[in-house]
Amino acid sequence: MKEMVCIVCPNGCLLHIDTDGNDLKISGQKCKKGLAFAKTEMTAPMRTVCSTVKTAFKDVPVLPVRTDREIPKEKIFSVMAALNSFVLQERCGIGEVLIEKICGTDADIIATSNILKE
Amino acid sequence: MKQYDVTVIGGGPAGLAAAVEAHKNGAKVLLVEREARLGGILKQCIHDGFGLVRFGEKLTGPEYAQRFMQEFKDLQIEASTLTFVTKIERSSEGFLLTLVNREGLSKILSQTIILATGCRERTAKQVFIHGTRPAGVFTAGTAQNFVNLCGCMPTKKCVILGSGDIGLIMARRLTLEGAQVLGVYEIQPTPSGLTRNIHQCLYDYDIPLHLSHTVTRVFGHDRLTGVEVAQVDDNKRPIEETKQFIECDALILSVGLIPENEIAENLGIQTDPHTKGPFCDQNLQTLHDGIFSCGNALHVNDLVDYVSESGETAGRNAAKWKRFNRSFASIEPSDGISYVVPQRINVADENMNTILYFRSAKVFDKVTLQILINEKCVFEKKYNHLRPPEMERLPFDFTAFGLKNTDTVKLLIKEDAQ
Repeated sequence: MKEMVCIVCPNGCLLHIDTDGNDLKISGQKCKKGLAFAKTEMTAPMRTVCSTVKTAFKDVPVLPVRTDREIPKEKIFSVMAALNSFVLQERCGIGEVLIEKICGTDADIIATSNILKE
Repeated sequence: MKQYDVTVIGGGPAGLAAAVEAHKNGAKVLLVEREARLGGILKQCIHDGFGLVRFGEKLTGPEYAQRFMQEFKDLQIEASTLTFVTKIERSSEGFLLTLVNREGLSKILSQTIILATGCRERTAKQVFIHGTRPAGVFTAGTAQNFVNLCGCMPTKKCVILGSGDIGLIMARRLTLEGAQVLGVYEIQPTPSGLTRNIHQCLYDYDIPLHLSHTVTRVFGHDRLTGVEVAQVDDNKRPIEETKQFIECDALILSVGLIPENEIAENLGIQTDPHTKGPFCDQNLQTLHDGIFSCGNALHVNDLVDYVSESGETAGRNAAKWKRFNRSFASIEPSDGISYVVPQRINVADENMNTILYFRSAKVFDKVTLQILINEKCVFEKKYNHLRPPEMERLPFDFTAFGLKNTDTVKLLIKEDAQ
């Protein structure tokens, strides 16, 4: 029996996971997102990384960015290292891709602020 | 002199939602913002998790703010940025506001005002830490501003006092950027931030959480060199034998937020000692006719989705506002409830459909919430869990109950017999 807190939404449901051979028996979730969360969390945990990248623009030293989907949890610090060696040279806005398929994952790094376009 | 139906003070999520909703309801609106850009604190909240209730998506703070900023811009609502409201006077024609900005001093006339001024962080001066006064003591929001907007790291190795959400978010953020977060110390026996933040910000990164612990002293001359921490007893007094020194270069504080109501206080608007925000009716009008309150200025929220919702309530009702004599029944928190918003029901209004926001006073499992009118129970709802850090929202229509101004509504928790 394992317990974990679902981090998908603010409800923060306490999930109970019974491992019965290869089968996972999951309870405690208010919705099916909790079920999916528990399954990936038990096998290959995933997270979204939100950070900033340096820019070449004096008025806006850093621009907020994130991965456009979740990445394997163990890749968080390699993604951070890649982001911290990147300098943005062009003005871009929300949703625009800065780095494709970061660190060999399926995720692109996208801008999350329009501050450089204002 | 320029004239408006609604003037919104503050351009964060509450103010933006209020301005948009007031405009949609036919009002001529001005939004006044002291900073250069709209968006409020969301500008620096670059982590995701915003907008799940409202949009069903996990957005970052700037992305959430942008949705409202875009609508605000598309509707061509007037905004005055880098502008302070320095004075509000009542005249026979409405409210006379004095504004100060780079063009100098100006006056405008407005029929109604929406206070959307947000909240402020409690500082080191408000939590009584002994010792010297070195650099390196930051509120979590200040640290967040340094890292996320200025691109500077305020620490290499730090201790966090308080387990409020911004402190937890900053524990993760600083860790991601290469700082060592030695631990989060919380004087209460339970965490004050959301459960999922304890997990995704602390446990994911093996950052220890020390409950019933506090920082008792800071050391350092020019720069902080360390802090003394101690366990506390049931009365929150530090236990001498448990005191220990921790070497670090910064102390980050996440010890509570207080609604910002200087303008309201100057106008003599009564505030609720539980929320530190103005007393309001179901339309989020304060006890001062024509002045509305919303967002974190009204009470500190944990989710921005409800900040926007209260902004819309205030905006819609400010746009429809007409002077008429209000008469109030009161709503009071009782057993197990720490506060409830709104605190009044205007019984002269034919619509008493109300969104109640409340928090429990402590952690409860499997309990029943009751709404009492003059001590008679009119509504019950079961809750599996109630936690003080997690605000509850409950729409409730009082219209059919024939409330009078002498009536008292109470919210209370009944613990179920096991």
